[in-house]
Amino acid sequence: MTTARPTGRWVIVISFLVAFLLAGIPLPNELQQFRPDWVTMVLIYWCMALPHRIGIGIGWSVGLLLDIGRGALLGQHALALAVVAYLTQQTYRRIRVAPLWQQAFSVLAFLLVEQILIFWISGVIGYPPRDWWYLAPAIGGMALWPLLFVILRDARRYFQVS
Amino acid sequence: MATLKPSRRIRYLFAVNPTAVLRLGLWGALSIILMTVDHRYQTLDDMRDVLSTMVYPLHYLVRLPTDAGNWLSENLANRDALLEENARLREKQVFLNVQLQRLTVLEAENRRLRSLLESAVNTPERVLIAELLAVDFDPYRHHILLNRGRRHGVYVGQPVLDQHGVIGQIIRADPLTATAILITDPNHALPIQINRTGVRTLALGTGDFQKLELPHIPNNEDVKVGDLLVTSGMGGRFPRGYPVGTVTTVEFDPGSPFAHIIAKPVAQLDRIREVMLLESESPTLKPEPGSAVATVQAP
Repeated sequence: MTTARPTGRWVIVISFLVAFLLAGIPLPNELQQFRPDWVTMVLIYWCMALPHRIGIGIGWSVGLLLDIGRGALLGQHALALAVVAYLTQQTYRRIRVAPLWQQAFSVLAFLLVEQILIFWISGVIGYPPRDWWYLAPAIGGMALWPLLFVILRDARRYFQVS
Repeated sequence: MATLKPSRRIRYLFAVNPTAVLRLGLWGALSIILMTVDHRYQTLDDMRDVLSTMVYPLHYLVRLPTDAGNWLSENLANRDALLEENARLREKQVFLNVQLQRLTVLEAENRRLRSLLESAVNTPERVLIAELLAVDFDPYRHHILLNRGRRHGVYVGQPVLDQHGVIGQIIRADPLTATAILITDPNHALPIQINRTGVRTLALGTGDFQKLELPHIPNNEDVKVGDLLVTSGMGGRFPRGYPVGTVTTVEFDPGSPFAHIIAKPVAQLDRIREVMLLESESPTLKPEPGSAVATVQAP
């Protein structure tokens, strides 16, 4: 608490790396549509837990990596994740103290904002979404948020990331 | 205990960060500029090359669990199963070899006849095998990432096939990887021909892995369910005569001038693992010097 020196950078890096891996692992077609956006969820967690370290800039950079990995328009996910990081930073005081299931609803809202931004941009460049299923990953994300939160919180406490 | 000067963390506990909106604006503006430049111009291609090479190990890491699983199941398969598979494959190879013998004779004959007729010669093509890097793209764009790139001779516009038929074509060739657009992508159109009758049309992607749409076929045209669609060779991207799909529904609507025809791709687009990249030696298919395609391909 007293030290301003950041510790445990590698825990954060590894958590993002694992999120990238989870985002790319093949799933059966039925689950595919609900595949949560792991990278965004990890970003939301770290923004909430360590708002003095993880913010808009980091969100933007992670989003750019996501753009390259997915072959999307450069800047598409970057913009969406920067906005999500901003929203989390503005509201983390209220969300962080809420019970897990209530947090999950806030996370759903953030994920919906992200999805809508991404598909709004896709629509502008000529790939409008076909149906409402594109919002399904946000619901998957909400369902898995408590699990992710508990895992990352324990990791943060164990490795004393601050 | 607490030092006199509050740490960054404690300051963040109480104060609202006054620069947040400003920073969001700056990063947002940067991404909008980046998107515009990336969408409109080719100038970011070099940067994308560098970055895509940087994330290349990540793609392999993603594949690791699947690859390890395959390796394990192959290594732990029992002897009998392996022997059986071996026998089956050997039988199949003999069968294919016999067919191939006939094919070489036919091909030679075909070439001789064509030269007699002085028509264009179908030159043989080279094939490059590429594997799918198991990375999910945006589910609404049917793009796949392959583990072969410019270094291996992949160029933009190169046709991509699997063992059943046409899959798509390369739209971006990075140094080590390449992105292909599938024929079912809503933005893709493929010049085809109905094998039985020779009617030419386009196969448009629908965004559904099981559906291709065939527009502009008049109501009185002879099209039946089960007809095979092959590439027509028009447009110069795809060589002639590769299977594309089979017609699944034909609906004649008296109110509209064209029939409503849906086909199903013969390639199993949702379960691709290995693909073939055709390298055509015919001059019409190679990118011409000076064209946009060639500038991307230039080493």
